[in-house]
Amino acid sequence: MPILHDLQATFDQIPPEAVVFVAEALNLTRAEVHGVVSFYHDFRDKPAGRHVLKLCRAEACQSMNSEDLAHQVLDRLGLEWGGTTPDGRLTVEATYCLGLCACAPSAMLDGEPIARLTPQSLDDIVRDAGR
Amino acid sequence: MTTRIFVPRDAAARAVGADRVAAALESEAKRLGLSIQLVRTGSRGLFWLEPMIEVETPGGRIAFGPVTAKDVPGLFTGGLPLSAAHPLCVGRPEDIPFLKRQTRITFARCGIVDPLSLADYRAHGGYRGLERAKSLGAAGTVEEVVKSGLRGRGGAGFPTGIKWKTVADTTADQKYIVCNADEGDSGTYADRMIMEGDPFLLIEGMTIAGFAVGATKGYVYIRSEYPDAIRVMARAIMLAEAEGLLGAEVKFDIEIRVGAGAYVCGEETSLLESLEGKRGQVRAKPPLPAHKGLFGKPTVINNLISLATVPAILADGAKHYADLGMGRSRGTMPIQLAGNVKHGGLFEAAFGLTLGEIVDDIGGGTASGRPVRAVQVGGPLGAYFPRALFDTPFDYEAFTARDGLVGHGGVVVFDDTVDMAKQARFALEFCAIESCGKCTPCRIGSVRGTETMDKIIRGERTAANLALITDLCQTLKFGSLCALGGFTPYPVMSAINHFPEDFNRPRLSAAAE
Repeated sequence: MPILHDLQATFDQIPPEAVVFVAEALNLTRAEVHGVVSFYHDFRDKPAGRHVLKLCRAEACQSMNSEDLAHQVLDRLGLEWGGTTPDGRLTVEATYCLGLCACAPSAMLDGEPIARLTPQSLDDIVRDAGR
Repeated sequence: MTTRIFVPRDAAARAVGADRVAAALESEAKRLGLSIQLVRTGSRGLFWLEPMIEVETPGGRIAFGPVTAKDVPGLFTGGLPLSAAHPLCVGRPEDIPFLKRQTRITFARCGIVDPLSLADYRAHGGYRGLERAKSLGAAGTVEEVVKSGLRGRGGAGFPTGIKWKTVADTTADQKYIVCNADEGDSGTYADRMIMEGDPFLLIEGMTIAGFAVGATKGYVYIRSEYPDAIRVMARAIMLAEAEGLLGAEVKFDIEIRVGAGAYVCGEETSLLESLEGKRGQVRAKPPLPAHKGLFGKPTVINNLISLATVPAILADGAKHYADLGMGRSRGTMPIQLAGNVKHGGLFEAAFGLTLGEIVDDIGGGTASGRPVRAVQVGGPLGAYFPRALFDTPFDYEAFTARDGLVGHGGVVVFDDTVDMAKQARFALEFCAIESCGKCTPCRIGSVRGTETMDKIIRGERTAANLALITDLCQTLKFGSLCALGGFTPYPVMSAINHFPEDFNRPRLSAAAE
């Protein structure tokens, strides 16, 4: 796992070519390594956009209308969950709880936590990240 | 004279602007030529007041909140210390009813100390627990934890002391301590607050566990959604190593492992698989992790809060802890109020408060001001409670008796706009997304359940489909190895049983969107 995290930190994905090297180094089959990579939601098989916005979809955020907020963003950008804007600037991913549940709804932009989202503040975030 | 001002660096406080407030405080003080020292603390857990800053005065600390960067120049109008007459002043933090009514044992230091100062940690009673453990000896330490009545705070409620005793009694060349900090339940953030606000407490707790059972190596498995906690924890471990509190001298060291977004890895056996670098798939028990855990060696795997409560139990004695609580639920529980609640935050209290007291008195009702309709306790696998069950006391057995669970102590409040059929559907969808795939009812049943719930929401053959869901929930409950499949029926069935009106509505397809 630490190896996979390092790979993703460097390449922003787990490149299929790298799976061969990891398997060789750890004396595992390629299938075993692929199995691990594909099991975990965090590991990507293609690079994300320049910015990654993770929107929380768990219950505490739902109770504060996070689903409406999320659909507002996805609809406007014309994306599905996990999609990237055509210009490669922004990827929107779902996450299930960021532990900011007392300040819901919450999100994380490039690893930085943001909470008490409103339609307006989320719009601003998306616009700034899209630049 | 330099005035100390405390600003939380907790992720939730940062998420609502604590860093901007800290920067504004520094620049404004500089502009006015005032001498201040900023101390970045954890959070006190009064999240509706975050960012909450505290200023040191001769009469103790005075708190202000919620402060924005724009408020900062106004705060300085009367010079230093900041004036208690300011409208944002909430007085002495200890006097705020939300904090005053608590019994803080595990969270005694959180929000008060500089999380990365060992001197601060010691000055506030840190390492007293380990000292007493050393004086009691390994067996005496295990005995003390057994006597305290401490039970697993991850949700299963298994007695921590018995777990330790099993590992202590097993002979092996290598044993491990694993801290489960994969806090994935929605509505919970207690683990995160400790890691960000009082990381040495966890280090001390794990060191005591290692000493008590004869383990020399510890792992903290932290979810990747908590980058702040990972940073603070890693730094704290380095500082402890530098002081000889971890490492060869004390025959115990700790490593951090970061998860990768799999909820199921909060289940102890799948966490162990993940630590070994594999897919996080659940193991069948037995063998118990206490006999054959990480890399096949005897392993104590505890929730973070359980481990972080051990130092206080040892420092003040098992009796002091066991005297609190009710029935077989001894001691305190950090209750985490979240979602649509006016006063969201961490409330550590002895077991026994009723759900109504927690939601209405302490939480102050909803944030939206509308009536409370449902409360989900114990994360995404916990039951939804209607107002009619608000007399349920917070206690492991009392919640089980009402087909619910205390879990990790998360309480998520919903107002009357909630559609319980959608919530039930989400529980099944979440199970489908997060299932590790090992057990068929969970892997396939969750998907079919989501589809069936869609039919109910569309109003297709409602009665027959509800019967199908009920049957599926029985299969999930008895046919799954772990709590993900086994407990998904709790939110689904509680929604159906307590809020039947939401499942029998004639709906237009547009209204279901």
